[in-house]
Amino acid sequence: MKNRRMLFQAGLASLALTAAGYLSIAQAQDPLKVGFVYVSPIGDAGWTYQHDLGRKEMEQALGDKVTTSFVESVSEGADAERVIREMAASGHDLIFATSFGYMNYVDRVAKQFPNVKFMHATGYKSGPNFHNYNARFYEGRYLTGVVAGEMTKSDVLGYIAAFPIPEVLQGINAFTLGAQSVNPDIEVRVIWVNSWYDPGKEREAALALIAQGADVITHHTDSTAAVQAAQEKGVYAVGYHSDMSKYGKDAHLTAATHHWGDYYTLAAQKALNENGMAESIWGGIKDGFIDLAPINPVVPQATQDKVAQLKQQIKEGSFHPFTGPVVAQDGKEVLPAGQTMSDQALGQMNYYVKGVSSKMPN
Amino acid sequence: MIRLEPRPAPSATMRVATPVVAIVLTILTGLLIFALLGKDPVRGFAVFFVNPLKTTYGISEWLLKATPLALCAAGLAVGFRASVWNIGAEGQFMLGAIGATLVALYAGSMPVVTLVLMILAGIAAGALWAAIPAFLRTHFNASEILVSLMLVYVAELLVSWLVFGPLRDPMGFNFPQTVMFEPAALLPILVPGTRLNLVLGFVVLVLLATYVLVFKTHLGFKMRVAGESPNAARYAGISAKTMVWLGLLIGGACAGLAGMAEVAGPMGQLTDKVGSGYGFAAIIVAFVGRLHPLGIALASLLMALFFIGGEQSQQYLGLPGSISMVFQGLLLFYLLATDVLIGYRLRLGRDAHVTNAVKAKAG
Amino acid sequence: MDLLTSILFATVVAGTPLLLVALGELICEKSGMLNLGAEGMMSIGAVAAFVAAFTFESTLMGVASGLVAGALLSLVFAFITVHLMANQVATGLAVAIFGVGLAAFLGKPFEAKVLPSIKPTEIPFLSDLPLVGPVLFGQQWIVYATWVIFAVVVWFLAKTRGGLVLKAVGESPDAANAVGIDVVKVRYLAILFGGAMAGLGGAFLSLFHTPMWAEGMVAGKGWIALALVVFATWLPWRVLLGAYLFGGVMISQLFVQSSPIPVKIPAQFLSALPYIATIVVLVLISRNVKMIRLNSPASLGKPFQKERA
Repeated sequence: MKNRRMLFQAGLASLALTAAGYLSIAQAQDPLKVGFVYVSPIGDAGWTYQHDLGRKEMEQALGDKVTTSFVESVSEGADAERVIREMAASGHDLIFATSFGYMNYVDRVAKQFPNVKFMHATGYKSGPNFHNYNARFYEGRYLTGVVAGEMTKSDVLGYIAAFPIPEVLQGINAFTLGAQSVNPDIEVRVIWVNSWYDPGKEREAALALIAQGADVITHHTDSTAAVQAAQEKGVYAVGYHSDMSKYGKDAHLTAATHHWGDYYTLAAQKALNENGMAESIWGGIKDGFIDLAPINPVVPQATQDKVAQLKQQIKEGSFHPFTGPVVAQDGKEVLPAGQTMSDQALGQMNYYVKGVSSKMPN
Repeated sequence: MIRLEPRPAPSATMRVATPVVAIVLTILTGLLIFALLGKDPVRGFAVFFVNPLKTTYGISEWLLKATPLALCAAGLAVGFRASVWNIGAEGQFMLGAIGATLVALYAGSMPVVTLVLMILAGIAAGALWAAIPAFLRTHFNASEILVSLMLVYVAELLVSWLVFGPLRDPMGFNFPQTVMFEPAALLPILVPGTRLNLVLGFVVLVLLATYVLVFKTHLGFKMRVAGESPNAARYAGISAKTMVWLGLLIGGACAGLAGMAEVAGPMGQLTDKVGSGYGFAAIIVAFVGRLHPLGIALASLLMALFFIGGEQSQQYLGLPGSISMVFQGLLLFYLLATDVLIGYRLRLGRDAHVTNAVKAKAG
Repeated sequence: MDLLTSILFATVVAGTPLLLVALGELICEKSGMLNLGAEGMMSIGAVAAFVAAFTFESTLMGVASGLVAGALLSLVFAFITVHLMANQVATGLAVAIFGVGLAAFLGKPFEAKVLPSIKPTEIPFLSDLPLVGPVLFGQQWIVYATWVIFAVVVWFLAKTRGGLVLKAVGESPDAANAVGIDVVKVRYLAILFGGAMAGLGGAFLSLFHTPMWAEGMVAGKGWIALALVVFATWLPWRVLLGAYLFGGVMISQLFVQSSPIPVKIPAQFLSALPYIATIVVLVLISRNVKMIRLNSPASLGKPFQKERA
């Protein structure tokens, strides 16, 4: 009797083991579901386009271990919470929310879904299953500023900006400092268009800047309108987000470009292998988040070499674009000579540096 | 040959039936659109109209989404009845949000009191914004349609300026948002685990109040008369100016209340993304609801389903979210087109003489 | 180009879509029909023009499609308001909402695609004149076409029998009907013209101005065009003046922002200027009731019901 019972138990145990084995195989085969929430249409050049490129690179790298889905043009109002929650509730394991305005909604949904991993771009809040990531866009801006400073003849540079948040101000200031490092006489003029994406207004702003003598135009908005306007008017342009040279082959000097693919792959891999999360990060050139588009051959080789050298120094950490003395527009020194600006000071930037001639909008 | 034959009196049945006909036609067109886009119409229908309502949470979101539509539409309907064309509820909504935010940020945080003050401030700010077109209409004869609409754009920029400037969260790294409100400045949640809050109670109260005002008071009677026939109104000694003021102020107050509920509810703060088009969609809600509080309640639920369905069709069918605006426009087209049945009968026949001689309705 | 020339040049460009749409609406309203759907018809015109120009690589195809798309949408308005006698305000709003939504829906696959930009057609010698040369003679051909349309509208209203008929219908459809004018036909034609012009205004934005399609790119220009008609008290010359005045306000705020003038004005206030200006001008014009009465079509917004003969 006893033996039979033991036998039976052993059989049961082996059955359970086998079942468990099947289950774990099934689990291994079950791909990681990764969701992306985009703030604008994907389009083919701007902010969301680069994030979607990152999504595709992740798919390419991990093959059938992941499946991805995305929702585009999700407004950053109260509806965002429902979209993000629906994504979590429908079985996504890892969710990337790629715009600042989603932060507080992600925060709330993350608390309701402790087993889902949330990654939020460009915010500052985080939690146990809620990390954030951002890029040091200003590093690329500084380098493009050097190119612009070398190429301008009028010494007036034009900058089309969306909203006065630190990220945009870092860009304007880094661009100005980069240009000044090779050409102390330059002035930068700024127009705020109060929109991330309004091609008509971006174009009008570009034309207004060109009319005021700017012969290199750059933009911190999503469309390619500024590059196109520069091409038409025969002046230079510096693109943003992606290589925009096909929209102005003569005008496009270079572009500060964003690259999210490696980080997305890393985050998915962490979730797959150890059920973990990628660390929160503010990544720069060193981390492969930021790069430059190929530099237009009209730019002298000496300048190209200089930019390459600076890029290497930033990568190694031996040079920081915001190295003192940094003087604000009103003449006040915001960073003493020899010091480099802390991440905290960068994150709270709310002034123009000397060399920007327009006034702060508020 | 189909021809129109005037009815001796407007049909009460048709007044109720045409919205139903319009809804059915809209849904049929929707199925056709799905089919044309190569999507399975049945699945499309399910994603649009069934999927959002499968869970308690889904239903709570549906009700929540309907609340600002119902509030704005109830207020607008009062004005529309008196032929006061306030189409700027979107701006009045944003002002209500601003008013409530100012209280939440600066009036301190006291249980109940803060919320009551926020409600009052939201209502007052919405009404104030609507008072501008009312004043310009009554004193300068400026079209309230265009003035109220232009003020939407101004309100949007005002919100933007406030959240980038004076009201910005000092600890928020200069991002365009206010601080998150204190719990005392948030509307209490009705169903735990959802976002459905006390605003549902506001909707019931506002719908009841506008019903009483329009159908049970002398003032409401006068407004209806003024709207239906300006000549009769003048004869009865009803001041057109009073109607303009009342129509706009009530519309603004209701939209302002809705704006307050948005910041004190699902948002919990003010950002530049506060406007979500409720003010414009409410115009359709008001018409589809026949300018009647009960109809508005039903129409706001339908419209909310369009919005959420549009979201879900984007998530599950890969269709652009703007499809919900297409449905809204279609619904209003169908309703306006079928409305002819209230005053006229469809007749099959070939009597060209009568066809051409469609007789005027009474008056 | 010096600074002033640049500002004037950009002003004419910014005023062109407003002028086109407002002229169309003017004709439409002269027949007594108030179509508030300009924003929707512009959007649909913009997207149709872009898609056609992109697909067939032809600007002309784009312009034609913009015209047709605007007219088609206005046909829906015409049927519902003229034949079914529905409320014009509500129907116009439906056109606006439906048009903006449908344009966004149809344009999705074309979002952020780009067309080659269209070079200005410089008129020899004249475009070299100081100051006004480039402004008046160095524009894209669509700007000249707009002026031709303007001239035709002025001539039509003032000098032709058709213009008289149109105004008669707008003043008193019953009287017009009594003298044998086909009111329904006149109103249909007027509405279609309004729709086509709004579509052309949209095509200007997506083909000549940016040139690309983006959801929401019409950005309230249709509504401003409607306000312009009231501003102009239904007189074409004032529509022309008003369109460039508003274009000027839109453009100068950009120049003010970037110039190093030592005044701190929030960018949002400058962006709000065109809308505030619209309100101020509406008030200034509308307070003179007599002038409004004199020029506005008496039957504007009222449905016409043909009585049994």
